[in-house]
Amino acid sequence: MSLTLEDVARIALLSRIELSPAERESTRDQLNGILGFIEQLQAVNTTGIEPMAHAVDVVQRLRPDAVTETDRRADFQAVAPETEAGLYLVPRVVE
Amino acid sequence: MSRWEVVIGLETHAQLQTKSKIFSGSSIAFGAEPNVQANAVDIALPGVLPVLNREAVVCAIKFGLAVGATIAPRSIFARKNYFYPDLPKGYQISQFEIPVVAGGGLAIRVGAANDPNATATEKFVHLTRAHLEEDAGKSLHEDFHGRTGIDLNRAGTPLLEIVTEPDMRSSAEAVAYARALHSLVQWIGICDGNMQEGSFRCDANVSVRRPGEPLGTRREIKNLNSFRFMQQAIDFEVQWQINEITEGRAIRQATVLFDPDTGETRSMRSKEDAHDYRYFPDPDLLPLEIRPEWIAEVKAGLPELPQAMNARFQSEYGLSAYDASILTATRAMADFYIAAVAAAGAGNAKTVANWIMGELAARLNKNDMAVDASPISATQLAGLIQRIADNTISNNIAKKVFEALWNGEGSSADEIIEKQGLKQITDTGAIEALVDEVLAANQKSVEEFRAGKEKAFNALVGQAMKATKGKANPQQVTDLLKKKLGV
Repeated sequence: MSLTLEDVARIALLSRIELSPAERESTRDQLNGILGFIEQLQAVNTTGIEPMAHAVDVVQRLRPDAVTETDRRADFQAVAPETEAGLYLVPRVVE
Repeated sequence: MSRWEVVIGLETHAQLQTKSKIFSGSSIAFGAEPNVQANAVDIALPGVLPVLNREAVVCAIKFGLAVGATIAPRSIFARKNYFYPDLPKGYQISQFEIPVVAGGGLAIRVGAANDPNATATEKFVHLTRAHLEEDAGKSLHEDFHGRTGIDLNRAGTPLLEIVTEPDMRSSAEAVAYARALHSLVQWIGICDGNMQEGSFRCDANVSVRRPGEPLGTRREIKNLNSFRFMQQAIDFEVQWQINEITEGRAIRQATVLFDPDTGETRSMRSKEDAHDYRYFPDPDLLPLEIRPEWIAEVKAGLPELPQAMNARFQSEYGLSAYDASILTATRAMADFYIAAVAAAGAGNAKTVANWIMGELAARLNKNDMAVDASPISATQLAGLIQRIADNTISNNIAKKVFEALWNGEGSSADEIIEKQGLKQITDTGAIEALVDEVLAANQKSVEEFRAGKEKAFNALVGQAMKATKGKANPQQVTDLLKKKLGV
């Protein structure tokens, strides 16, 4: 499998990454290089091996259901670009 | 032209009743000041890690057990990637390939919700899956100088998304399923069911086809937050799709919103790309392991489920299927009934059912109150019913006592009966004396009756009951009158 320039443009849009036409080409080549490694991996016979969701074979630790956090809004909003009435302000989003 | 078949599947987001968020220790209490319940994990500061809330998993296990589903021994969290300002990480943590709950289903009754004489059809709605995920924040589009305000208090709130197979064939079936699910999640205590606050919201996938044909293209109606809107939205959408197809236009897959003001559904102008979520396993979270011992422990703590209770009410108390379904419609209703039967005695179970579904339900409806807010307690109602059963009061007087209990005129039926002198007169001698007085004072009616006017007899009964202030047994009065008049 290899990606076209159109594929790269679409992935870049979904990822909100702006690429110049030259960057698109180099990105395509890099991604196709990675896909080449994956093709090598896929050539390995994995019959009977259960897929893993994580590189380490341990299970999720769980947290007791307790409220442990206090209000730190003032700290967080001190470094936010724009706030008002306790809200973070962002460029207008229209559905 | 052949008829159309409607095909509906529902996706429901039930907010889980935990104290803290699914991946952080922030509170999920409703109604706080904006962003005071949004910590470093919730607002996605760099370097933070999610840690799964055990109670959210317990809620998922409870649900899986209640719907007879399979609970995955190992399930996986995935990232669902999309950009929106109220989703600070740029992805939502959800479950994709292996959800925590798979399969199962819910039996529903359609068509007889408010009418004991209508025939209800039973139907089983299959569930595809239920998975754990986090909620997003809220965008406020009011005027902040042309900016959008973001409140992240809701970000990270635990949700269980419950997905059905496309099993429903009408808006009535969809609503019946949604109501049954709404009742069940509250019954097992995993969701408060508050639809106004968004704790229980449904999306409906709707398509139409000719019977026997493959599934038509579906459109998804988003965020239905009332059962009435669900019915209206689906009915409108179905008619719209039939019109489109009839006029030769193909249905395009789309997400639509229901506008309660116009009663119409309209397409959201979202880009096609929006549905490419590029799911992949979240490297920040390890697989969730649920051992059989844990499932057994949760199972032991589950209450009797509505269907089992419904069957028990029919077999143990001789209730009709309709009565049993009304009394198990909500946990609060079932609790009230069980408490009242416990106090009144199992022999009065049927009478208790009649009073709850009759007098009490009417009063509660009129005052727009839920049964758990009833001013008459289960014990008080049971006390009243015991006095009917032992003939201390007649049914008519019982209604007066009920009224007095409702208005708080006494703490028990016995106290009210005593204080207001409502005890039924059973002393035959006393009633006979009263009947004699009535006959003497109403000679005209007596003559009319003897002349063949049947109505005159009823007038005499009325007079006699009036003389006893309603405290005599009407049957006893009628019998005595007949005897005196020689009929």
